[in-house]
Amino acid sequence: MLDTSYRVEIPGGIELEAQVVGPVPRFLAFSIDFIIRGIFLFIASLVSIPFGQLGIGFWLILLFLVEWFYPVLFEVFRNGQTPGKKALGISVVQDDLTPVSFGTSLVRNLLRSADFLPFFYLFGLITMVSNSRFQRLGDLAAGTLVISVRESSKPATIDNITALAPSTSLLKIEQTAMVDFLHRSQQLSHPRQQELASILDGVTHGKNDDGVDQLHRIGAWFLGVK
Amino acid sequence: MKQQLFEQQHQDTWDQIEQCLDKPGNVQNSVLFTEHYMLLCQHLALSKQRLYDTALIDRLNKLVMRLYRELYRYRNDSRLNFYSFFVRGFPLSIYRHRNFIAVALLVFLLPGLIAGGWVFFDENAVYSIIDGPSVRQIEQMYDPGASKLGREREAETDIAMFGFYIQNNISIAFRCFAGGLLAGLGTLLVLFYNGLYIGSIAGHLTRLDYIDTFYPFVVGHSAFELTAIVFSGAAGLKLGYSILNPGPFSRRNALRRAGQEAIPMLYGIILMLVIAAFMEAFWSSNASLAISVKYTVGATCWLLVLLYSLSGKRFESR
Repeated sequence: MLDTSYRVEIPGGIELEAQVVGPVPRFLAFSIDFIIRGIFLFIASLVSIPFGQLGIGFWLILLFLVEWFYPVLFEVFRNGQTPGKKALGISVVQDDLTPVSFGTSLVRNLLRSADFLPFFYLFGLITMVSNSRFQRLGDLAAGTLVISVRESSKPATIDNITALAPSTSLLKIEQTAMVDFLHRSQQLSHPRQQELASILDGVTHGKNDDGVDQLHRIGAWFLGVK
Repeated sequence: MKQQLFEQQHQDTWDQIEQCLDKPGNVQNSVLFTEHYMLLCQHLALSKQRLYDTALIDRLNKLVMRLYRELYRYRNDSRLNFYSFFVRGFPLSIYRHRNFIAVALLVFLLPGLIAGGWVFFDENAVYSIIDGPSVRQIEQMYDPGASKLGREREAETDIAMFGFYIQNNISIAFRCFAGGLLAGLGTLLVLFYNGLYIGSIAGHLTRLDYIDTFYPFVVGHSAFELTAIVFSGAAGLKLGYSILNPGPFSRRNALRRAGQEAIPMLYGIILMLVIAAFMEAFWSSNASLAISVKYTVGATCWLLVLLYSLSGKRFESR
């Protein structure tokens, strides 16, 4: 099964779950960073040209720092997020979900040039899609992951719904599914809700809108609405 | 307990913790922090066990993750001790990479010596390794007949060259390390090619009898630069070897371990290459210094680098 969930047991005695992020958002984040770096270096070159040889020297040092250390500094001091990653809502973490350390981030980013081979991150891409955690070569050697840190959408408000006890007894997991259905109702289109509800017309005994409505009310009942 | 009741009971606590996390620099009330963490772990475990809905579990999971990341954040200031790294960490890391250093040294030195010898005895050989324009450029740079030695420069030019050496040379070392991920092949190629190139230039310039311009120039910074290239090769080879022969570990874990062990090497390599770039730009290029001074300083540098590199064994616990 295709599943982007990554679970790790933490010292709190529970399992934390994170969603690992695939090539597309990472490529977009990289592109944003690439543009930012380009603009920065361009402005720096405009500033340094009047200084002649001196300016060239400083610009080359700047080029070196930006090329290799731009991601390292942002990942270590900005919660695993370069500006591009921040825009995409993704973040670099160690594989126990703790923040990256300087050394780990350094390994990850210096090995970028191996991922880049033979051209435009082909090796990185191949590695990324051939393991379940979407790690590129640098990630594998550093023991890092890229996870999603985007805020999840708020559940639908459940005012003015009167609860309805289901006619048959349901398994706990089925009850949860009904609560989920209620909470996600705003993210689903109306026809889709009807379609999903129609699967359960043995439970709800209602058609179309009536079925959807009944499912919402049963969900509210399981949630504990009086 | 129904989910809604559970949420009502704890909503205030969760909001409070969220606010606490949104304000940066709140680490000082760490007692409260660990209490919050334990409490939320419990809430999350309960929600999972009671199969509360995804939205709630998601929210608690996010909250616990944020607390967890704050709690187990790697504190840079307490670990990054330059003195202990310089005296102990780096030499020990060199010692632990000794077998890989030996291989890297061989792959670097052997082609260099052979190419050097070949170029020295056969005047046309250099052109089968380096292209003509580059050879002429190098010849001009070290031509003793040229009045300025091609190297007597303004201070500003020195800084420009410093920037160039930093950008160019350190990037080569980084790529040499990264090449290790291709089962070591990339690293071997970089070492082999650089050995070949440097060896044939040395052979060519020796044959032309440019000895007094070439060797005093390179003797100083090469102690740091060539050693650092070999070290980065060793770190790269270790990565490659961990993939080829993971031993008792899975390939994933073996590579990870090698990556972690490479970290002190990387710090040291960067340090050495910055020193090398500094020397190459401001010391080696200084044509007003006597040749004997340069040889003396160069020999001292080599001796110190070698002694330093061999000083790690005593730190290895047995």
